[in-house]
Amino acid sequence: MIITLFIPCFVDAVYPQAGISMVQILERLGHTVVYPEETACCGQPAFNSGYWDEARPVAIKVLEQLKNAEAVVIGSGSCGAMVKKFYPELFANTPQAELAKQIAERTWEFSDFLVSQLGVTALGANFPHKVTFHDGCHGLRELGIKKSPRTLLANVRGLELVEMSEAETCCGFGGTFAAKFPMISTAMGEVKCASAAETGAEYIVSNDSSCLMHLQGLLSRQGKPIKTIHLAEVLNHR
Amino acid sequence: MSTFATQFLKQARVMAGDLRHRRTIRTALGNYEIARDKGQASFQNWQSARQLASETKWEAINHLDKYLEQFVSKIEARGTKVHWASTGEQAREIILQIVRDKQSRSIIKSKAMTAEEIHLNAALEQAGLNVVENDLGEFIVQLRHETPYHIVFPSMHLTRGEISELFQRELGSAPTNDPEELTMIARRVLRKKFLTADIGITGANFAIAETGMVSITENEGNARLTAALPKTMITLIGIEKVLPKLADLALFLPMLATMGTGQALTCYNTMYGGPRQPGESDGPEEWHVVLLDNHRTELLADAEQRDALHCIRCGACLNVCPIFRNVGGHTYGTTYSGPIGSVVTPHLRGLQDWKHLSNASTLCGACTETCPVKIDLHHHLLQNRRNAAKGKPVFFERLAYKLFGFVANRPALWVLAKKLGRCGQPLQNLVKGTALDPARAWTQTRDLPPLAGESFKDWWRKRK
Repeated sequence: MIITLFIPCFVDAVYPQAGISMVQILERLGHTVVYPEETACCGQPAFNSGYWDEARPVAIKVLEQLKNAEAVVIGSGSCGAMVKKFYPELFANTPQAELAKQIAERTWEFSDFLVSQLGVTALGANFPHKVTFHDGCHGLRELGIKKSPRTLLANVRGLELVEMSEAETCCGFGGTFAAKFPMISTAMGEVKCASAAETGAEYIVSNDSSCLMHLQGLLSRQGKPIKTIHLAEVLNHR
Repeated sequence: MSTFATQFLKQARVMAGDLRHRRTIRTALGNYEIARDKGQASFQNWQSARQLASETKWEAINHLDKYLEQFVSKIEARGTKVHWASTGEQAREIILQIVRDKQSRSIIKSKAMTAEEIHLNAALEQAGLNVVENDLGEFIVQLRHETPYHIVFPSMHLTRGEISELFQRELGSAPTNDPEELTMIARRVLRKKFLTADIGITGANFAIAETGMVSITENEGNARLTAALPKTMITLIGIEKVLPKLADLALFLPMLATMGTGQALTCYNTMYGGPRQPGESDGPEEWHVVLLDNHRTELLADAEQRDALHCIRCGACLNVCPIFRNVGGHTYGTTYSGPIGSVVTPHLRGLQDWKHLSNASTLCGACTETCPVKIDLHHHLLQNRRNAAKGKPVFFERLAYKLFGFVANRPALWVLAKKLGRCGQPLQNLVKGTALDPARAWTQTRDLPPLAGESFKDWWRKRK
């Protein structure tokens, strides 16, 4: 299958290793990966702030780049939700309405794509650590992804998955929210980090680098030993 | 920024760092969650129950004119006087007029969020009248001169010790840490008030169109006394509280109890159909029902967010909201707090003044997931943001998104921006967290990750 990989802006600039892992995993499974180099951002920051007219030009660029894709895979539940769930709303009653709908139907978050579309559950990974999984809210509630990442983690050699308490509670990132309401965002992050630490895990794993950027930022500042890592990197660890 | 927004930010900053508050609320809601989950499990199929509740409210709200008329004609037939109030001010005037006509000297009131919404107590007190809240939680916050902290649990932010201190100070009672003894102290004070009051004011949980009845849910029996003892009863109801059929309560009463407090049913659920009828031994001689619009019909006209009128005020969305749990109910600065408050307050009190509540959310969707009547809460927050930005865009914010779009859509500029970011980061590190740091909002409490030396795109190109 020819898979078009959409790399979110912060993965491109800050966490390239997550994207590289996705490419390597998909290629190892025998698929051809295409990366539309001109895509930068899905437009979510402007969209979530209410500036839909400003979000549209960014999103149109994405639509153009993904137009001919057979399957679009996005390495983030949040950006995945933007394309799959919110593009049809953003482009409702515009000339791009139909295209947005078509692309939404052909778009999947990375872990969900592996399990639900490719039927892959084991990737031969080896990661001998105790980990806990953090569900990004967009992946969890907008896209309904809960089992896929856990199924994949269950088949990683040496990995022990421990669920944290209040696992489905938001970590407090929330995009521009983190900058507009930093103290609330920090309080929420502290609660999440405490839940994760209680499990005794060495790593917080997630399919959303944005949540991890927020949590890692707090953990580093507070000198806490627990580390964060993207799911794709764990699955690519041999 | 509106003064309400400034106040919210200031208060949120204080509360978010208040670890004692965080613990109190977490403990209280931890117990609630266990009871709620047990309650949900006792439904044969919780998701179907939600669907049915949502469809029933949809029917009621989309035919509100029909059901309200039916409700009114039925309830008037038994001698109830019905008043229509378009605004909060009108509702206050109607109630004040009744109170004046009756030359009331003492008023008791059971729990009613609509009364909070129209600031009824303040209006009564200003007119020189004495009004006593008789729900235990409301009684406590009234003694503290506070508004309710939560739609269902007005004093959940207080510990037993704090309540004991309050009672010692205000009621002259002996110190105690025993919840039962604290309740008895309040009860002794309130019983006297019940016996001497000439007017009782209540809210309502549901108004049944089919039979012309008002249903009131409670645990303390105080609303029953409010309705039974004084000669005159006044009930203030938001027009969205209507349900088509009496049988609908078979779903809504256990649902409200489950989501509100985690009970299978609350201790008392009473249906009131009229004032004392000939031959009856109790009940008020006169009953006035005040139907309150106060911008609800404007919300009804908004097809996108109309379902916000489905709300049964169970408070479940507050309980799961991580924002509410960290900033607390009073921080919202308005009657309805939490997700439902952030959705409806802009409609009730003005979008531009209250848009900050819709922004103060990560859009995590926990509220929508829990809502028993399936209000699309977090998407309504997003719609409020869109409407606010459209109506009155913030100049610099819009400029920033325009600029971002300009750069993001030009690959060469995007690459340049990343390069500049990489070069700038060591400089930014020097001023990290200070007033000079452009990323201060982030870096005051969090480290920023370094921009990768080789971006994904660099890697991809090199590999090709």
